[in-house]
Amino acid sequence: MEYLIGIRGQDFVLVASDNVAASSIIQMKHDYDKMFKLSEKILLLCVGEAGDTVQFAEYIQKNVQLYKMRNGYELSPEAAANFTRKNLADYLRSRTPYHVNLLLAGYDDTEGPALYYMDYLGALVKAPFAAHGYGAFLTLSILDRYYKPGLTSDEAVDLLKRCIEELNKRFILNLPSFTVRLIDKNGIQDMKMPLLDAK
Amino acid sequence: MSYDRAITVFSPDAHLFQVDYAQEAVQKSSAVGARERFHGALYDHCRLTADARVLINRARVECQSHRLTVDDPITVEYITCYVSSLKQHYTQSNGRRPFGISTLIVGFDDDGTPNLYQTDPSGTYHAWKVGRSAKAVRELLEKSYREEDMESDALVLKLAVRALLEVGAKNIELATRERWSHEGAFAASTSLHAHPTFASAIRFWNQRR
Repeated sequence: MEYLIGIRGQDFVLVASDNVAASSIIQMKHDYDKMFKLSEKILLLCVGEAGDTVQFAEYIQKNVQLYKMRNGYELSPEAAANFTRKNLADYLRSRTPYHVNLLLAGYDDTEGPALYYMDYLGALVKAPFAAHGYGAFLTLSILDRYYKPGLTSDEAVDLLKRCIEELNKRFILNLPSFTVRLIDKNGIQDMKMPLLDAK
Repeated sequence: MSYDRAITVFSPDAHLFQVDYAQEAVQKSSAVGARERFHGALYDHCRLTADARVLINRARVECQSHRLTVDDPITVEYITCYVSSLKQHYTQSNGRRPFGISTLIVGFDDDGTPNLYQTDPSGTYHAWKVGRSAKAVRELLEKSYREEDMESDALVLKLAVRALLEVGAKNIELATRERWSHEGAFAASTSLHAHPTFASAIRFWNQRR
């Protein structure tokens, strides 16, 4: 099943998502990217009902860009998260709710790194670490045990590796590869992590 | 009978007076040389800033909407077409007046081709030739364009005419318009200003008579 994870460090946020796009019991794609770039320093990770995910995420993406064009500056991660949540909540009590679970990760030049957890019911919390999917049941406890505030990027990557190892060990479903990205004051960087891939 | 009250009425000699008056508004001096940016297209407009804001907002929403539906950025022609179409609707609707705005829409398409279009209050648009001789013009401007030399309006015009003569232009039309600077209020697209071809074109637009 789909898995998202985010870890906030000293001056960055590390996020990862699995790369499987499935249709019933068939794996349609093994290199599917579940992250949507909202702006230079904000990523939206989106899982849930097929179709709803892309539809909702792209809608938010374009509206964040429109804000930038209209006003000449970008929405902060906090503002973007609240905007996203409001949309989810508004649509929840309509005839066409979106069934999506999200992590929003961003770096604000004044406030620093931020990670927001949102679910399909329109809940929003700012958290030091978070995860979505069945994998969350296994990895949140790992994060509880080993997370500490002010992690360096190496420490955060090690923590992420621990989580993936746990999944490979105890989770019945195979998650062969992951997309990993790091957001800091320099923007969004892709991280190549072949060690995460199951042998 | 007065034929200039309601926009929807033609005069006996086939004029839409409201559209003519809108064009008058654009012609008058002290036009605002305000620049807005959306998606790599630079938008320079004359006269009524309030009208301009409305148009620009609609254009910006359309740009994002286009990206959302077809997953591709707009071409300069597309957005020009959209803006003109919008203006035309206001020449044929009840109870509305035309936009007192002419625009210069300038930018690069996704494949790199430069484009320059002009729209009028009537809703027509024209392409400026940034075509066949663009490369020669650009090369000449890159050689001889210097920021310090652009201080004097006469020098800018001279350079522009020289560039056109270089490529063998027989009939040259220069559009000039007075410009009233409104610094600080709008975001300008510096990347396009740095491109000599467009900097000249924009300066044509903003010249003092």
